Amino acid sequence: MELWFSEFHSTDFKVDFRIRKQLFGQYSDYQHIQVFDTYEFGRMLVMDNIVMLTEKDEFIYHEMIVHVPMAVHPNAERVLIIGGGDGGTLRELCRYDDLKEIVMVEIDSLVVDVAKVYFPTVATSYDDPRVTLLFEDGLRYVRRCRNMFDVIIVDSTDPFGPGESLFTKEFYGNCSHALRDGGILVNQHEGTFYHNDAEEAASTYKKTSPVFKNTFVYQAHIPVYPAGHWLFGFMSDRYHPLNDFDPDRWNARNIKTDYYNTDLHRGAFALPNYVYRLLHDGVLLDQTFRRVIGDTIWPPNGDTLNTEDEDRVDIDFSEIEKNG
Amino acid sequence: MKRAEVRRFALDQTKAPIHDALLDYRRRRIVSFDVPGHKQGRGNEELAAFLGKQCLSVDVNSMKMLDTLIHPTGVIMEAENLAADAFGADSCRFMVNGTTSAVQAMILSNCSPGDKIIMPRNVHRSAINALILARAVPIYVNPSVDKELGIPLAMSVKDVEAAIREHPDAVAVFVNNPTYYGVCPNLKEIVRIAHAADMRVLVDEAHGTHFYFQDALPVSAMDAGADMSSVSLHKTGGSLTQSSLLLLGPSMRKDSGYVHQIINLTQTTSASYLLLSSLDITRRNLALRGEKIYERVIEFANYARDEINQIGGYDAFGEERCDGDAFFAFDSCKLPFHTIKMGLSGIEVYDILCDEYDIQIEFGDMLNCLAILSVGDRPVAIERLIAALADIRFTYGKEPARHLVNEYIPPVVVMTPAEAFYAPSEQLPLAECEGRIASESIMCYPPGIPILAPGERVTPEVLAYIRYAKEKGSRMTGTEDGAVEKLYVLTEK
Repeated sequence: MELWFSEFHSTDFKVDFRIRKQLFGQYSDYQHIQVFDTYEFGRMLVMDNIVMLTEKDEFIYHEMIVHVPMAVHPNAERVLIIGGGDGGTLRELCRYDDLKEIVMVEIDSLVVDVAKVYFPTVATSYDDPRVTLLFEDGLRYVRRCRNMFDVIIVDSTDPFGPGESLFTKEFYGNCSHALRDGGILVNQHEGTFYHNDAEEAASTYKKTSPVFKNTFVYQAHIPVYPAGHWLFGFMSDRYHPLNDFDPDRWNARNIKTDYYNTDLHRGAFALPNYVYRLLHDGVLLDQTFRRVIGDTIWPPNGDTLNTEDEDRVDIDFSEIEKNG
Repeated sequence: MKRAEVRRFALDQTKAPIHDALLDYRRRRIVSFDVPGHKQGRGNEELAAFLGKQCLSVDVNSMKMLDTLIHPTGVIMEAENLAADAFGADSCRFMVNGTTSAVQAMILSNCSPGDKIIMPRNVHRSAINALILARAVPIYVNPSVDKELGIPLAMSVKDVEAAIREHPDAVAVFVNNPTYYGVCPNLKEIVRIAHAADMRVLVDEAHGTHFYFQDALPVSAMDAGADMSSVSLHKTGGSLTQSSLLLLGPSMRKDSGYVHQIINLTQTTSASYLLLSSLDITRRNLALRGEKIYERVIEFANYARDEINQIGGYDAFGEERCDGDAFFAFDSCKLPFHTIKMGLSGIEVYDILCDEYDIQIEFGDMLNCLAILSVGDRPVAIERLIAALADIRFTYGKEPARHLVNEYIPPVVVMTPAEAFYAPSEQLPLAECEGRIASESIMCYPPGIPILAPGERVTPEVLAYIRYAKEKGSRMTGTEDGAVEKLYVLTEK
């Protein structure tokens, strides 16, 4: 018997992972948490049936969410992580010796427990003396903070579920008050290829751009995330992600990475046209690639067959039979 | 008597007869040659796709197995009896035309033309409109006003006493329990003095469903011994919008048939089974689990009050303002907060919450906002509201400006609402109406409490208030003129 785990990237598209074994499965107070041993990607963390990370490709996400802001901020001392229970973001941050304090606010303690047991290469840094780990609602924590952090990293799940409140205007607004002068906020910004992700990405951009003077989006190629293409948001009232970026300063740190480098830093902010159109004009890819046929095709996810479609090919089977 | 004891129900509250009958109906896959014409949704695919096939499959007509609301003898009667039992009433009527129709039924079944009824002026428009239908004469008791918050409170007992003394011929006292802001009167005492004067007590409990299921909340109308009560089960109870209950106390037993006739004057003969089953299922849920549910709601609301007060700039007021009189008790499931001290009117905060944060609250007025908590709330939503308010304060807050204080303007009543409504009238621009007698209402909606009711003088204060409310962005309604720039006033002889 073969065991496969399916993840739906849209209503009508899914990817399958061949599973060696399920290692863990439990409902926490907030979500369903599972750990699988996959053939292709090693161990895989799944929450509410959505793939959070795999051993094989997690470095891409975690390097990109941490090193980009850290390479721009000239003297970050205090960093806040919202979410990030798997520990990967923390691992990357702890490689900066000059950081003085890292506060991590994760709503679900079971995620941390699971990570410590099943992902020892990811959850490496919980014992770092600079780390304060709090289990509470990220929005609740951040609204009580004023001028406290140089960098805030929002390493959240998708906006459906416990991460819901981290994709709201009130969250970004309160984050802007929680940042010190010159602070940088980086967030997990969803994908742009599939309809649902794309709508969230556009709405997140719309909510953050009025809050910060500089709002940018950068990208990374993450194989297990939908379309293998994921976005991060970069926001700051003072710093520009490229103009204020000093590659030599970062390279002097000698941090060994597998994905991030300072050339890639520049390239990551160059976006495909369709992504740019989505963020700035709210145009979804589905609207540009489909010829306008009729209401039954747009919006997607409809289940009605459009019999008025002029391109429909009716095969006359009797003719085929007759002609052999 | 403690309500916990009353709540040992006489009937089996695990039953839901309308719900069960609809399940049975669905199971039998009845072929329908009756209305409604969509026939279990088949005739309207788009609607079925939108609302769900399950939903349309029970949008059906009255029939033998499903009983009929205009003359219940089967499952509807059983369900009404269960509801009466759950709410501690002698009998109960399911209402599908909203609580508006329940309020009308209370007034119409007690007031003949010319009868006096004592009521606070800050009633909902449905009560004023019922006065027009009944041609009844309102004896207004001016509610006390909290000057700091700028909100009307409940009626004080001594004001009701005075009204009863002055108008011993009044037939009933009409009471809000609670008001929109969650303020409750000393209902037991009002019932006592009204009954002593041989007057009935009719209670508008549009916002009081939860009082029946939690001892920590103010006393409900039925527990206080009132004669009738209109309960919006849909507001905080969880049934579908427009579904409601009319409760009758034991004193109404001999008149319950008459009350039903009155209801049938205006209530639809095609009662929606979606609404009826929602009443049935909701009643069962509240009877079985209401106590726990509302305990949680109160916890949420109290938590939110504390947190909002810690932000600074807001005053999320509550029980601490109870004064043993016109603010006798507070409904702690309500979450009103005073906003003007940070330079923003309630309407402004209401609009910012909706436009910028995708958060919809119940209403904002000149000085306050009101958020309503109910069976459907979750911690994440409460956190979002609090955080949004914090962000609003730091982003939009400013020095408090001069503002209009009066949230309640005592009316100058010249004639009854019915007289004014049916009298010859003319439509004039608002600015030219000063000194004239209004023949229609004008109000902000929500809350729907008329600033001006038919039969009242259009005073400069009223006009100033309307101008101010419009300027602040209140949604005005009540006039025949859709733009609410013209008002019908009585023609001058």
